[in-house]
Amino acid sequence: MYVGLGMSGGAGLAFINLKDKVIQAKIVYYGPGRCGKTTNLEYIYDKCRLQINSEMVTVKTQGDRTLFFDFFPFDMGKISGYDVKIQLYTVPGQVKYNSTRRLVLKGVDGVVFVADSAADRRNKNIISIKNLEENLKLYNKNIRDIPLVIQYNKRDLAKEGIEILDVETLENDLNSELKVPSFEASAVEGDNVILTLKKIIYDTMSSLEKQLKQEP
Amino acid sequence: MILGQKQLDKIDDILTANLIGSGVQSVMLIDTAGNVIASINNGNETVDLYSLAALAAANFGAMSCMAKIVGEDEFSLLFHKGEKENIYFCKVNEELLLVNIFNNQISLGFLRLKMSKVVEELVELLGL
Ligand SMILES: Nc1nc2c(ncn2[C@@H]2O[C@H](COP(=O)(O)OP(=O)(O)OP(=O)(O)O)[C@@H](O)[C@H]2O)c(=O)[nH]1
Ligand SMILES: [Mg+2]
Repeated sequence: MYVGLGMSGGAGLAFINLKDKVIQAKIVYYGPGRCGKTTNLEYIYDKCRLQINSEMVTVKTQGDRTLFFDFFPFDMGKISGYDVKIQLYTVPGQVKYNSTRRLVLKGVDGVVFVADSAADRRNKNIISIKNLEENLKLYNKNIRDIPLVIQYNKRDLAKEGIEILDVETLENDLNSELKVPSFEASAVEGDNVILTLKKIIYDTMSSLEKQLKQEP
Repeated sequence: MILGQKQLDKIDDILTANLIGSGVQSVMLIDTAGNVIASINNGNETVDLYSLAALAAANFGAMSCMAKIVGEDEFSLLFHKGEKENIYFCKVNEELLLVNIFNNQISLGFLRLKMSKVVEELVELLGL
């Protein structure tokens, strides 16, 4: 048995294959250009090799900017008898790549919004989270309903004497209405990268469970 | 959309009879978000299914956007030719795609024929 949870216009959504007992859920790392989305995935790929039976796919430009996405499937092992595979993606953050960003968002089940803590990136974060909201709407999804975790990345910049935004400011800018879980992190140093991942996986799985119970 | 075990088995049968039976190495039914719904191969193929599905869905999405830009509704099939291996994509409906990997022993014309039969059978089976 195979259940597609897409009820409203059905743009994919998690796929639960009750015959082979596999669940596939899609989690997307979103955020402005250069905020550290790819660095998050690289860290996870490096640290969790045992749970990743695939090469990391990256479609990027020569200058290392993401052109389309980064991707690998992350094996959670068996949960209640199901083989759970989390499909991890990043989007390209640069403003000009909005059409490919939308494609990556198709069928998303959970989002990590990576914000850049550098003081001069403040506006870019705000524009990007608005862009996320708009792009989710295209798939009939509400930013207030989808499992979402915010990561305040690059906290380590303070040590280098670079001015960073304090967490209250970031919360106020990005999370005052949403009130979703948020973490301070440093993707280059690996601080809270795994914690962010665990939280979004947990929230995404809980949300899928709830949706499943609502299926007739 | 909810598919029963019988339907999933039937999908496997359709893909096996028409495509693997005709010499296709590997065929995958995926959705446009990149999830793998069914996949069958001839036993000699060890491709990274999940990566291929993610890229195939993205590629198809990008091609659809390009089609709109040039004023087409869509390009309903995509074909990538390599020296030994080829990939052929084909749309089943708005949500589902078929991805085939095959070598040069099969002609594209023959494959297209088989594929349109598969699409027909899938559409009927799934009531699309
Ligand atoms: N100091 C510091 N630098 C970071 C951190 N995370 C990422 N970077 C650096 O920021 C730059 C951009 O990182 P990427 O991970 O490529 O950013 P991205 O969000 O994937 O960017 P796009 O692909 O363009 O959207 C790289 O030089 C990283 O090394 C961090 O936590 N601290
Ligand atoms: Mg990137």
